[in-house]
Amino acid sequence: MIEKALKGNRAYWAWIALLIVVIAAGLNAWAVQLDTGLGVTGMGRDISWGIYIAQFTFLVGVAASAVMVVLPYYLHNRREFARIVIVGEFLAVSAAVMCMLFILADLGKPQRVLNVLRYPTPNSMVFWDVVVLNGYLLLNLVGGWTVLGAERKGVAPPSWVRPLIYLSIPWAFSIHTVTAFLYAGMPGRHLWLTAVLAPRFLASAFAAGTAILILISFILRKTAGFDAGDEARKKLTVLAAYAGIANFFLLGMEFFTAFYSNVPAHMHSLQHLYFGLHGHGQFVPLMWLSLLGGIASVIVLLVPALRSRSSWLVAACVGLVASIWIDKGIGLVIGGFLPTPLEEIVQYVPTLTEMTVTAGIWAIGLLLLTMLLKVAVAVKTES
Amino acid sequence: MKQDRREFLRKAGIGALAGIGALAGLNPLSALEKTDMSALSGKPVPGRTRWGMLIDTRSCTDGCRQCVTACHRAHNVPDFGDRKNEVKWIWKSRYEQAFPTSGTQFQKPELLGREVLTLCNHCAEPPCTRACPTQATFKRRDGIVAMDYHRCIGCRFCMAACPYGSRSFNWLDPRPAISEYNREFPTRERGVVEKCNFCSERLARGLQPACVESCPGKAITFGDLNDPGSTIRRMLSEQETMQRKPELGTLPSVFYII
Repeated sequence: MIEKALKGNRAYWAWIALLIVVIAAGLNAWAVQLDTGLGVTGMGRDISWGIYIAQFTFLVGVAASAVMVVLPYYLHNRREFARIVIVGEFLAVSAAVMCMLFILADLGKPQRVLNVLRYPTPNSMVFWDVVVLNGYLLLNLVGGWTVLGAERKGVAPPSWVRPLIYLSIPWAFSIHTVTAFLYAGMPGRHLWLTAVLAPRFLASAFAAGTAILILISFILRKTAGFDAGDEARKKLTVLAAYAGIANFFLLGMEFFTAFYSNVPAHMHSLQHLYFGLHGHGQFVPLMWLSLLGGIASVIVLLVPALRSRSSWLVAACVGLVASIWIDKGIGLVIGGFLPTPLEEIVQYVPTLTEMTVTAGIWAIGLLLLTMLLKVAVAVKTES
Repeated sequence: MKQDRREFLRKAGIGALAGIGALAGLNPLSALEKTDMSALSGKPVPGRTRWGMLIDTRSCTDGCRQCVTACHRAHNVPDFGDRKNEVKWIWKSRYEQAFPTSGTQFQKPELLGREVLTLCNHCAEPPCTRACPTQATFKRRDGIVAMDYHRCIGCRFCMAACPYGSRSFNWLDPRPAISEYNREFPTRERGVVEKCNFCSERLARGLQPACVESCPGKAITFGDLNDPGSTIRRMLSEQETMQRKPELGTLPSVFYII
């Protein structure tokens, strides 16, 4: 089936070539990082995780959001999702691969990564994250590929694949819950030490991931002539809107708890992110851009007169994805380190090397997604 | 006979549960957490050991850095000269940084800004060892939170988990940044986390930690917190002392007299 990814027009190959160039640049930057150490990044003693872990956290959400098409299609038999369910599954596969690559890029000793399996440590959340992410990748790859293969042959999918697909539904929730637990169980990091972190991760994931699916459906319609259908897009729009509302509602809960209780430790991180603290506020403009842009996008998704127009819908989806990317990446991961345990504020600016590695990993993910979707579209249009 | 069998089953059951609890790190009183220190010194010591430290900030002179220098020389701690890549095992913080949740209103004016020694607390309930995915950082039987530099994958989870900022990562190769190389202690590679080890290598030779020995004001007392007869225990029972961020339940083994 994979040979279908090797047939394409000039635009397809130009896109592939562009991705390969970016991947090459990323590998080169990674080689520099391996040679010199993580000191080539903007991370330091105080902000010890940066955009790698931020991308990882965002992309776990994107991977989990496949459940937004798998669940209605397989559990509720909603036929309008028939053409987009495979897009969701393959998006999950690509996002999960990117997650693992971002973790690998962040390690000081990547050559020792298998120590996680050699010395399995159940009290460490990383151990569980490795288990659930790999499991989720396999479930979606096997499920999506098998059903697609059956469709190509014009036969019903084998019966063993259905339980796997059902399993992928709770599994999707588990990957983002465990990812939230990576943060939520740490004493002394008050932005993370909150019971609503996992629910908020899920809400933001379902908002951003669903918005990405809508955007991909537009791209596929324009570039490949494959239309997932207006009905599917309409349903996804509603899902993205409500997930977006849930996300901003939960963010509001954080503000209420911190500021009404007036406990300094609970307020400091939010103050630093949104208003500035001790005269420092590196991320204040970005956080307000995220907040206002996100709320505006949700409003567009809610108003029928606006969301029914493609241009508004695309703009709202881009806005929602960008909003959540800023909030979850920069705000949550990097902002969580500030103020430091010794009540100091430091700056974090990613370096060019760090950004090139990041772009390279995104390109690997996009290459994988492009090829998987190329196969899917070819099978779907032939059958 | 029947009674004996029931009794045996009950004890075996408790034993199995305790074993599982110990393995999972759930039971803080289990044998894995606290045992004698024979593993450390080579000569058996009665009772269990939990090494601890008491720092008298009144005897600590502002501007003095002798303990920091002694520690960093003894352990080949690199000096990169910039904050981002900094590696440190023991350093001086201001009072309000070391104790951010303590009240600062209407205190003695000289208290704010007073220099306080900060280092790894060797917590009895360490969040860092809980977060480590490879057990590269772990609690020894004598209470010291130790590092295995050969197992650490450099994920920096322990750094995020530590509420005291006590851990450093080797962002760059540390060896060129070591000014005076001490042949008696290993250097580290780039890509691993390191921190204070309570001078376990000196304790094994019957010596006090380097910071304790080098302090001109005798401000640091080191000893066994589990020995009711030790000097540190006597001082703790006689004076008012503080631990850093006690509200987090980490049970630090480093105490302060303010």
